[in-house]
Amino acid sequence: MQNINDWLNEHGDYLYRFALARLRDPHQAEDAVQDTMLAAIKSNSFEGESSARTWLTGILKHKIIDLQRKKIREQPLSDLIDLDASDTSMDDFFDKSGHWIDKPQTLDMPDSALEQKQFLAILGKCLDKLPAKLAAIFMMRDVHELDNENICKELGITVTNAWVMLYRARMGLRKCLEMHWVTG
Amino acid sequence: MLTCKQASQLISQSLDRPLSWSDRMQLRFHLVICSACNRFNRQLNQLRAAVHRIRHDTENDSSILLPLDAKARITSAIESKNH
Repeated sequence: MQNINDWLNEHGDYLYRFALARLRDPHQAEDAVQDTMLAAIKSNSFEGESSARTWLTGILKHKIIDLQRKKIREQPLSDLIDLDASDTSMDDFFDKSGHWIDKPQTLDMPDSALEQKQFLAILGKCLDKLPAKLAAIFMMRDVHELDNENICKELGITVTNAWVMLYRARMGLRKCLEMHWVTG
Repeated sequence: MLTCKQASQLISQSLDRPLSWSDRMQLRFHLVICSACNRFNRQLNQLRAAVHRIRHDTENDSSILLPLDAKARITSAIESKNH
């Protein structure tokens, strides 16, 4: 399997960055690259028509989704069922008549490269604070850009569930950014 | 008349699906009169732009390399698969 080791040398760094950008966890990114390489050995479907990198990246995308799905499925089912109901955790954000308790603030987006870096670091921490399954579905939708239909298929949830989970994830993230990033 | 809670749900969903005509009209009307929901709308768009930026920066950051020990682990996993 000379080929595979050449591929690992040539494309390993790129595949790792690609996985890290979507999974945000170095160990999981390593797992994704390893799974990709092992799948590449097993499959003989590489025709040499596309580049090896494109072919490997295609496999990697599926492996990343597998890992994200696993992360979400590890959560107890009851957590998912809770999401169907009356959405009580949103009580933190709205009063009984549906008005904002704390009105959203203007987020001043970073200008300089340094500020940019700080902002992205804060956003990373905010993602870490989200419940794992919300972070995972948020990454699938807004970072991996899977459409809702595919997310629902992958996770075995209803489309309404997906909307509620994404809403909660975004709600939590914007609040976290408001608290830790300068607001105007 | 939408409440802010309902409007914020529609704003989030508008990132995931095309809203119906009547949802769109109701939301548009709400946004005309509600600065808080306008700021929320802006925040969600900023959030999406920021995560795209993180993804792009990470993907293109050539200082991020597959760690050598990780590479060694993957190489030995490949080898054990082949024997």
